[in-house]
Amino acid sequence: MKNPEEIFEILKKEFGESILAIDKDVPTEPIIAVDPMYINKVGQFLREHEELKFDSLMVLSGVDDANGTKIKDEDETEVISGGTLSVYYHLHSVYLKHKITLKVSTPRDNPKAESVESIWKTADWHEREAYDMFGIIFLNHPDLRRILMPYDWEAGYPLRKDYKNPEFYQGMKVPY
Amino acid sequence: MALKTETMVLNMGPQHPSTHGVLRLELELEGEVIVNVKPHIGYLHRCFEKHAEVMTYPQVIPYTDRMDYLASMSNNFGYVVAVEKLLGIQVPDRVQYIRVIMAELQRIASHLVALGTNGLDIGAFTPFLYLFRDREHILSLFEMTCGARLLYNYMWVGGLSHDIHPDFVRLTKEFVNYFRPTITELNNLLTFNKIFIERTANIGILPLDTAINFGATGPVLRGSGLAFDLRREDPYSIYDRFNFEIPTGKGLVGTIGDCWDRYYVRVLEMEQSLRIIEQAIDPIPEGDVQSAIPKRVKPPKGTVYSRTENPRGELGYFIISDGNVNPFRIKVRGPSFVNLELMGELCKGHLVADVIAILGSIDIVLGEVDR
Repeated sequence: MKNPEEIFEILKKEFGESILAIDKDVPTEPIIAVDPMYINKVGQFLREHEELKFDSLMVLSGVDDANGTKIKDEDETEVISGGTLSVYYHLHSVYLKHKITLKVSTPRDNPKAESVESIWKTADWHEREAYDMFGIIFLNHPDLRRILMPYDWEAGYPLRKDYKNPEFYQGMKVPY
Repeated sequence: MALKTETMVLNMGPQHPSTHGVLRLELELEGEVIVNVKPHIGYLHRCFEKHAEVMTYPQVIPYTDRMDYLASMSNNFGYVVAVEKLLGIQVPDRVQYIRVIMAELQRIASHLVALGTNGLDIGAFTPFLYLFRDREHILSLFEMTCGARLLYNYMWVGGLSHDIHPDFVRLTKEFVNYFRPTITELNNLLTFNKIFIERTANIGILPLDTAINFGATGPVLRGSGLAFDLRREDPYSIYDRFNFEIPTGKGLVGTIGDCWDRYYVRVLEMEQSLRIIEQAIDPIPEGDVQSAIPKRVKPPKGTVYSRTENPRGELGYFIISDGNVNPFRIKVRGPSFVNLELMGELCKGHLVADVIAILGSIDIVLGEVDR
């Protein structure tokens, strides 16, 4: 069993620059920030390391940080430009009984992160959900389609903070 | 020259009695053997997570009721535990005891539906009616407590919406005494029924490492032989005060991790829930169940991931607070959502009729899958 600081040290030693920071200010568990292009390598390492053995991904959540600049567009609705979208990975080891939270942040206008689907199968549907709701592209995901929204939903990504309800869906008025 | 062969695609659902809601399964068949299963979900999507962002923290509770509508108490429980963690408040013992009793009664009620429909789907109609008769007693206890029979909005942040009825303790004890023999009845009627065993033993075998990799939890994971229960593993509320066992799949009539094992784990879990209720019902302390309810729920800036053992597995709430009265983001990790992902893995190589037995043994609630 390792505490988050020890895990952070191990990761820092192995990956250097790709492990960005550890955030201990929050009221609950510490969060380790990771480079979105290295998250799959970090995940692989966390799962296979003898003393870590993070064999289970509890949840993967997309989050709109809404930290960009808010501008009004022509019809007076607020649009966020710049800033980041984040993905949180809550990991846990069934055998060693420790937990850790990872976080990657990607730019809002081009949100891309490596997929961890090949490491933890749980991530398959969760990544599809994060794509569906936030438009985060998971590179090397085998089947990145919408999951909860209709496959032909064209009005954007509903859980983004500046999402606007469409007037029409496939020619039908919304709300009908 | 060899004959040209190709697979056939069969559509099961969205309107199919054994999908327990609206779930579409795209089956790829070779003759009658499943090559691949692709679940299509989202028909019940109500965007709970978007709604939650414009509600205050207490206003979210009724929405949690409507996710896993067969285990609303447990959903309330998971949510209030998460928010209380974020707020850092202590809840009086009386509230804790009542919550545990309600959650365990709910677990029994939920398992009764799971077991009944599992049998019903593969042709055993009678046990379903027996189990619903027993579930009725639990619903009456809930109705007596908070007025609702399905969607309770009972557990509030810091307390409960109502204190228990003066008769509640007596009636709950009566229920425990009444219910214990009916488990034997269920075993005689369905569990060890030859036809039922033929349909479920050695079907949909889930090896332990696959289960962990897919993030399976609850009876699905325990059916594969690992004694992993969050009430023991990561105790929340006052579960560390009670003695109970964690039943696991033993492969009694087939292989470890088959449909029958997942079914039987639920049967054994009901007995353990009765044990917890018996231990919790007498020492309920006196007190006020609303004394710790904060006037204004405004957690400090921060995040929390809190998980509780729902009847179907790990129910996690990931809440981000930006210091406002409404949550910045709530992500729900529903056990049904994660467990349903196993369908493709479990069905491979089985017959079309087995898909129904396997789906029944996973026990999903579509309200939670789609949220």
